[in-house]
Amino acid sequence: MIPENFEYFAPRTLSEATALLAQKPDAKLLGGGMSLIPALKHRLAAASALIDLGRVPELEGISDKRGKIVIGGRTTHRALTTPGEFVDVHAIHETAGSIGDVQVRNRGTIGGSLVHADPAADWPAVFLALDGEAVVVGAKGERTIPAAQFFTGMLASAPKHDEVLTEVRLTVERKRAGTAYVKMRQPASGFAIVGVAAQVTLDRGGRIERASVGVTGVNSMPFRASALEKRLIGQTPDAASLRKLCARVEEADPMEDMHASSEYRAHLAGIYAMRALAAASSRAAR
Amino acid sequence: MPVRPVSVGERIKRREDPRLIRGLASYTDDLKLHGGLHAAFVRSDYAAGKIDKIDTSRALARKGVVAVYTFDDLRGKVGRTPCVARPEPGRDAEHPLLADGFVRWVGQPIAVVIAEDRYVARDGALDVSVDISPLPAVVDLRRALEPSAPRVYADHKDNIALHIPRSNNPEVEKLFAEADGIVKLEIINQRVAPVSMEGRAVLASWDEGPQKLTLWTSTQVPHLVKQSVAQCLGLSEIRIRVIAPEVGGGCGAKIPVYAEECLLPWISKELRRPVKWSETRTENLMGTTHGRGHLHEIEGAYKKDGTLLALRGRVISDCGAYPSFFGASIATFTPLMMPGCYRVKAVDVEVVVVYTNTMATDAYRGAGRPEAAYTVERVLDEVAVATGLDAVEVRRRNFIPKSAFPFTTATGAIYDSGDYEASLAKALERFDYPAARAKQAKARAEGKLVGIGVATFTEICGLGPSTGASPIQRTGSWESGMVRVEPTGNVVITTGASPHGQGQETAFAQMAADAFGIDVNDVEVMHGDTDVVTHGVGTFGSRGLVVGGTAVHMALQKVTAKASRIAAHLLDAKPDQVTFDGESFRVAGSERKMTFRQVAEAAHLWNVPIPGEEPGLEAVARFEPTGTTFPFGAHFCEVEIDPDTGEVALTRYLAVDDAGKIVNPLLADGQRLGGIIQGLGQAMCEEVVYDESGQLLTATLMDYAMPKAHMFPRIELDSTCTPTHLNPLGAKGIGELGTIGSTPCIVSAVLDALRPRGVKSIDMPLKAERVWRALAEAKR
Repeated sequence: MIPENFEYFAPRTLSEATALLAQKPDAKLLGGGMSLIPALKHRLAAASALIDLGRVPELEGISDKRGKIVIGGRTTHRALTTPGEFVDVHAIHETAGSIGDVQVRNRGTIGGSLVHADPAADWPAVFLALDGEAVVVGAKGERTIPAAQFFTGMLASAPKHDEVLTEVRLTVERKRAGTAYVKMRQPASGFAIVGVAAQVTLDRGGRIERASVGVTGVNSMPFRASALEKRLIGQTPDAASLRKLCARVEEADPMEDMHASSEYRAHLAGIYAMRALAAASSRAAR
Repeated sequence: MPVRPVSVGERIKRREDPRLIRGLASYTDDLKLHGGLHAAFVRSDYAAGKIDKIDTSRALARKGVVAVYTFDDLRGKVGRTPCVARPEPGRDAEHPLLADGFVRWVGQPIAVVIAEDRYVARDGALDVSVDISPLPAVVDLRRALEPSAPRVYADHKDNIALHIPRSNNPEVEKLFAEADGIVKLEIINQRVAPVSMEGRAVLASWDEGPQKLTLWTSTQVPHLVKQSVAQCLGLSEIRIRVIAPEVGGGCGAKIPVYAEECLLPWISKELRRPVKWSETRTENLMGTTHGRGHLHEIEGAYKKDGTLLALRGRVISDCGAYPSFFGASIATFTPLMMPGCYRVKAVDVEVVVVYTNTMATDAYRGAGRPEAAYTVERVLDEVAVATGLDAVEVRRRNFIPKSAFPFTTATGAIYDSGDYEASLAKALERFDYPAARAKQAKARAEGKLVGIGVATFTEICGLGPSTGASPIQRTGSWESGMVRVEPTGNVVITTGASPHGQGQETAFAQMAADAFGIDVNDVEVMHGDTDVVTHGVGTFGSRGLVVGGTAVHMALQKVTAKASRIAAHLLDAKPDQVTFDGESFRVAGSERKMTFRQVAEAAHLWNVPIPGEEPGLEAVARFEPTGTTFPFGAHFCEVEIDPDTGEVALTRYLAVDDAGKIVNPLLADGQRLGGIIQGLGQAMCEEVVYDESGQLLTATLMDYAMPKAHMFPRIELDSTCTPTHLNPLGAKGIGELGTIGSTPCIVSAVLDALRPRGVKSIDMPLKAERVWRALAEAKR
């Protein structure tokens, strides 16, 4: 738990940060450091330099732009746990509030979590379910990556080495809609053995008009439960129907470790999808 | 007629806490010495293997690396890793300080790199290349007992470290023949890691001038460290000072004297510079002793009326790769305590302690007794099921009655005092047991999985006398206490106990305050320094107050007696005319009196010499217990299980404990709460996992699951008081009680919840998937 030597940089602006990144091919960006620092201490990761984004204020903040919630990449989980102006976006503060403990939430950031792409991280589920987009800025300019193309493998994501994730954009339905995030915690780490985020829009008759379901912790990459989403359209979200509809999550191709077998993870994906959908539907009906 | 409020019995806040909470306390790793070096260990990645080659040249070439040592540097110069519970010749194993040709567990130290700072030391450790030819490893206990199993020590005839065979007691067989039924259980008491908040840390400094070693180490037993290090290094113990500064918990794992504690002093002496090492959390999980690791095959013979007649079977205990300090002796407590608080007529249990290619095991909060309590409680729950009787009723019918104490159990333990019915009755009332069962019935009718658990238990505390320790354990059971009165009447106490979170600085100050009628804040309590404290043993086995506190009490009495004689002389009275009223020494039938502080001053000024007395006011006492105390308790809890996921929610927990007389109920509650949660950890989530090849899978706290605050409700505490006659304090010991009660109580509740669905047995830890599988399998 003792890292190798590394250089440390604390740029004050985004352009300084991207310039440093372009100069230092072995550098890593430091967000809250909740995953990177332990990895360095265990020597599971190595970096000749760390570029700390902690003093770049333009990367922090939450706003509502044209129906999208825009979250600065360096925004801490803690800042997203308090409902505030997003009181109706349960999935966001339920996700933020379920991460680690208070200390972790005070330091860890949404952008860091997404880019790190831990298969059991919490944010990926809501990022997928709320049709998220990530804005990244590099020396060559800015580009937008849709959630569906963001995760590229276990611990791998689309932003390139010289790019900084500056914004996370989430699409929240406001009419007859509700969201939720539920998870089972791995008892040691608090990461998700399974975590499911859902957004449900109901029609005037109380049937499901549209549902989106993001699942984390189950596969080596987070995914949308697309088959389930299709099945849900036009259905009444009562307990018995949801149980039946969620009996299977077709996309589940679960990992297996000492904390949960693949069979159990597959089972839990259905149970937690059911629970997320039930909570989101009941919020939509209000 | 006390003239001032007594302090003993009051809920006084821990005087230790302000400095600990505010970060003003110094742990070993906080200490910095001029010219200090840092050590980093190269540890084995293999559970078993032959070392072909160690190349240290790259490390030695690194800037800042001062030295690298392997076993070749130590050969013939140092002894083995200290052990006071040595298996018999042929079964004993000389565990070297650094691996000597072979490695036997993942994490075993192979080499140590000494450098100017800890970062360079770690880099240097990674520079050392070790070629190991892997050998087959054995991890599973039953497999280790098979003749074909790989042997941890090739020159041993098998993997057995200690074997106590069945006595083939004919009484047991007779009782089994007479029984109405037999319950048969196989019980796994899984291996757990102590995970103290502060890991182990060692700072050794050899001073060439005075020819003296100062060794700061995070230990529970500084005096045993001094003795052990002296022996290992062939150094006179008068050349060694051991200091345990603030110690952040131990729970048994800081009783053993480890290789690192012997090695750093040797290196400091070689290099004539201070050397420090603080373990990382991964080193803590792989290289600090583990606890439990038992497999019990047990049968209980019962009558239709619920009477448990006899127990027989086998205790297999995992020694790990080498006999740690007390390690091989821990399991010998298990059969001894198998009768629990019940009138079992006969017990015949074999003990087999087995070497495996894993970290060594040793004492862990309860050390051998929780394993017994867990097993007998599981047996009684099965008797209840088999007879159709209520689990509480079965316990009640088997209790040793109050009138029977002192009571000698079927295994020869002499229980000092007990009133099991009283603690049970209080617990039943507080829990409102009938209402809880009615609520459970209603919940079950709604399809919910609700269970109620019960555990009634006793355990051994304050081990003694020294002659009667475990058959292979070689340490004394006494403890020392010293009281020194300053000329002002302020008091310094030193204790041979070595508190590391228990709060004895507060408790002992309370005792002194009452003895002399002074303020608690005018008493200093010192411990954990072998140059300050006269000889001592340490803190473990719930002995701090029972044995250490009694020694302090005896020293306080000696001082009071001398002060009384001095006062008598100065007041012109006969000693038997003088009494101490809690503040002053008074002459019977007169107005003449002197305060304790006045006597203290007179004792030091000595302007008026007292014939037959020496100046000063100071006393040392040692308490050798004549027997062990047996605190007890009755715990109840309620769980609800999520049938979809198997998750267990603990919805209620009540503990009614009896530890005899209590000096500070706030400290006692703290010990009980910590104990209960620690026991809950074993029941619900904790488990050290090695894979088949001996790789440790739980090497970080990302994988080793500790109990967390969200896992339990507010714990309800109540108590009864049945004093012991074995010490003048009437105290029975409290450190391990909670742990011993809560593990079986929680498992009892979970099985109670699952039984209507056909689940008959389940093993700890009660992780959600395991419960879900048990439900699924029962359905089939």
